[in-house]
Amino acid sequence: MSEKPHIDIDYVADLARIKLSDKEKSTLSAQLADILGHFEKLSAVDVDGIEPMAHTQNIHNVWRPGDAPGATLKAQTLIEMAPEQRDNQVVVPKVVE
Amino acid sequence: MSYEAVIGLEVHVQIKTRTKMFTAAPYVYGAEPNTLTDPVVLGLPGTLPVLNHLAIEKCAQLGLMLQCAIAEQCKWDRKNYFYPDSPKNYQLTQNDQPLCIGGKVEIELPGPSRNIEGEHRWVQLNRIHLEEDPGKLTHEAFDTVIDFNRAGVPLAEIVTEPDMQNSTEAVAFLNALRNLIIYAGISDCDMEKGQMRCDANVSLRPVGTNSLGTRTEMKNLNSISNVKAAIEYEIARQTQILDEGGVIVQETRRWDVDSSSSSSLRSKEEAHDYRYFPDPDLMPVQMDPKRIEQLDAQLPERPLDKQRRYQGDLDLPYTITSVLCPNLQLSEFFEAALEVYAAPKAIANYIANDLLRELADASARGASSHCVSDCKLTPAHIATLAKIIDTGVISKQIGKEVFTEMFNTGIMPDVIVKTKGLKQSNDSEEIESLCREAIAGNEKAVSEYRAGNLKALNALKGPVMKATKGKANPAMLDDLLKQLIDKA
Repeated sequence: MSEKPHIDIDYVADLARIKLSDKEKSTLSAQLADILGHFEKLSAVDVDGIEPMAHTQNIHNVWRPGDAPGATLKAQTLIEMAPEQRDNQVVVPKVVE
Repeated sequence: MSYEAVIGLEVHVQIKTRTKMFTAAPYVYGAEPNTLTDPVVLGLPGTLPVLNHLAIEKCAQLGLMLQCAIAEQCKWDRKNYFYPDSPKNYQLTQNDQPLCIGGKVEIELPGPSRNIEGEHRWVQLNRIHLEEDPGKLTHEAFDTVIDFNRAGVPLAEIVTEPDMQNSTEAVAFLNALRNLIIYAGISDCDMEKGQMRCDANVSLRPVGTNSLGTRTEMKNLNSISNVKAAIEYEIARQTQILDEGGVIVQETRRWDVDSSSSSSLRSKEEAHDYRYFPDPDLMPVQMDPKRIEQLDAQLPERPLDKQRRYQGDLDLPYTITSVLCPNLQLSEFFEAALEVYAAPKAIANYIANDLLRELADASARGASSHCVSDCKLTPAHIATLAKIIDTGVISKQIGKEVFTEMFNTGIMPDVIVKTKGLKQSNDSEEIESLCREAIAGNEKAVSEYRAGNLKALNALKGPVMKATKGKANPAMLDDLLKQLIDKA
């Protein structure tokens, strides 16, 4: 295998909305590059003439027939999972400036 | 330099199913916050989505109604983004293999006046894909609150080509689209309830050029008048920037209804790197061509096709067809009445004028019956009324009175005529003597009529109609008056 793929750790962290320390950045950069490097092996496979597929299983049309409503979760159960709540709604920091 | 605008729309429409796109949790508008979820909606560990077959078929029908090709195979992808409206941190959507491809919508532009038909043209569509609605965020003073009821509702995204040039075309497109969707029973398209929402992409280019300028995307357009105002605002804003030698920045802008202006949406969702990949939990869908034919056969005639048929085959004027055809209920009511008695013009007039007037009055009085489906009139009422006027049982004038009465009571018109004694009087002796009185009492009108003013006759008809309470046969009255004046 050739050189390790480059990872822009700041960009990835920004997309994932996580804050990383410098130490974490260097550890994770190396680890992510290893992971991607592992996937790079796939590009060695000759796929000429092979149709792209949407799934490894050749199964289609798995669906729920009918339109009968099923069970719901109680609002209480839902908001108990949230870090903050008000009037049965989940509260998060303001997202529009 | 003068510029022309190029506009493309993305219209999201909630598909009218009782359950959500990937799970059987129900959805209804207006429920208490966070009462319509389940572990699949929230993407809790260990849950798996399963496709809603009905939503897929309805979306295919939407595509057929909008003249799209239905894909042989479609699949779902994960669109990854961190934003609190999505409980899973990705939205299940269709990226490179949507259900419906292409398509076109016929629109009517405003005519020179409301009574004159405007020009028609087609707006080309790019695609329709089927995805899930995110939850609803409410931005409050210091934080944002989330209701996940809406999360997971089947949502069709209709994407047009950049094929409109001004806000008028965009409004005509949205109206035509809404009529088509309501006709097909896919959604009620109530924008206030979020059933239909619109994003507008606007760019400018020098008149006569073909390349596309840098576009901006306007979000948060939740009424047709907002779409119109936002597009006009954006065209003016971009024109000013270009005129001043500036450069348009590609960005998402948020329309603010209160200030009637837009501002750049510098929110945290701006990193447009969605890292789409096929959802491994959902299998692709291959629609059976025979089933597509069946779904197509279930669809109604398109509103503008119906309008052409009414104007051509039934010889109805545009002023009437433009009222009946955009409204599926009214046109179905009309056609059901024709089954009872085939008098298209009279029946169409009663529906487009009298019925709508009575419904509007009833609505203004606060009555509950303000739409066709829950008023007391049936198509048979109107058909029967048209028939008893045609056959001379009552005059058109009395018909107006009968109409109001049957609208209020639901009693059939022939029964009203019988119980109230409204049958047209063909008693020539009585009418003749009343005519003589009228002629004797208004020499001025008589001499005017003799001088060639035919309208003067109306002044003589009035007292006779009054004396017979409108029951005199108008044609007979006309003849009698003329004869009597000529003879005298």
